[in-house]
Amino acid sequence: MTSLNFEAIFQSKIDDEVKIEPKDWMPDAYRKTLIRQISQHAHSEIVGMLPEGNWITRAPSLRRKLILLAKVQDEAGHGLYLYSAAETLGADRDDLVQQLLTGKAKYSSIFNYPTLNWADIGAIGWLVDGAAIMNQVMLTRTSYGPYARAMVRICKEESFHQRQGYELMMAMAFGSSEQKAMAQDALNRWWWPALMMFGPHDAESTHSDQAIKWKIKRKSNDELRQSFVDVTVPQAEYLGLTLPDPDLHWNEERGHYDFGKIDWDEFWKVVKGNGPCNRQRIQARIKAYEDGAWVREAAMAHAEKKEQRKLQPEAAVKAA
Amino acid sequence: MKKEWPLWEIFIRSKSGLNHKHVGSLHASDAEMALENARDLYTRRNEGVSIWVVESKHITASDPDDSDPLFEPARDKVYRHPTFYTVPDEISHM
Repeated sequence: MTSLNFEAIFQSKIDDEVKIEPKDWMPDAYRKTLIRQISQHAHSEIVGMLPEGNWITRAPSLRRKLILLAKVQDEAGHGLYLYSAAETLGADRDDLVQQLLTGKAKYSSIFNYPTLNWADIGAIGWLVDGAAIMNQVMLTRTSYGPYARAMVRICKEESFHQRQGYELMMAMAFGSSEQKAMAQDALNRWWWPALMMFGPHDAESTHSDQAIKWKIKRKSNDELRQSFVDVTVPQAEYLGLTLPDPDLHWNEERGHYDFGKIDWDEFWKVVKGNGPCNRQRIQARIKAYEDGAWVREAAMAHAEKKEQRKLQPEAAVKAA
Repeated sequence: MKKEWPLWEIFIRSKSGLNHKHVGSLHASDAEMALENARDLYTRRNEGVSIWVVESKHITASDPDDSDPLFEPARDKVYRHPTFYTVPDEISHM
């Protein structure tokens, strides 16, 4: 069979909503696209722990601290599910990590913004996780089986992330005037970066067409962004907060909210490494990787020693 | 000394898109035979679209007697569940 036939069979499976599994034939470009996308998604979960980790020791109550810890733990877990899904495609875990540390692989730009006040933790849960969920719910139906299944698990766990964020925003927005001002300040800073999370407009998006044909993505960047705006505006109104966009208004004819122009110069500046915290984030990951090296080595050495003991109990005792 | 066929654990994917799930075990002389036997034993009624076989000795299981302390850490963390958070009825999509 020629590779053309393979490709036709592959595409017909996708068209018939049959999941592609690790041992199935797939075009190299499909495999490469998925490794890139899944590993970037994994990196985003891992780097995403940093802005929130900043507030664990400063959470205003034990309850809030436990919640934040649980959320950051979940993000570590989600990173691990995703790295494993990438490994089913033949990617090597350490290569992927190196790509993050050397800056060869990207992660979601949103995590290059700082968390300046406590309400940022609420805004992240509500808006950043809200935007991520919009994308991830779509990905539960992605064509690659292991990725789709990881997404199902992640979405189930993620729902608390958004709710705790909104609950925190309610506490702040309905609190003292200072608290409300903090909530508004956080919203002002996170709103536009959250909209940028969906990526460039469809007309400028380089990977979109093929990704939709292969059903890796099932909705375009602009469609997802619009859905996010539509569900989020009433949530902001309930809080009595103002979205920082004078052009935002309901368009009766379209049945959607119109919103202002996104500052793509800022988006590209952050993607290219010049956001407020890019260097800090990567330095934190490099430090964690280097500081953990002795633990990884010691665990392997210990495992080998235990194995040796099992094979020759007496010799091992003598050697010790 | 008579050498017995090793034991294999069988995992079946019942339908495209789902996980492989453990269904049981069987004896076979090697992996190839384990696959064929698993097909005959566990998928006689079209129960599967894919089979994994793993020699039982390669599986490390937790001790059921230890399950209390093992899973205790998750037991009191109600805040890991979405229902722990109150979001007003007027708010949808959350």
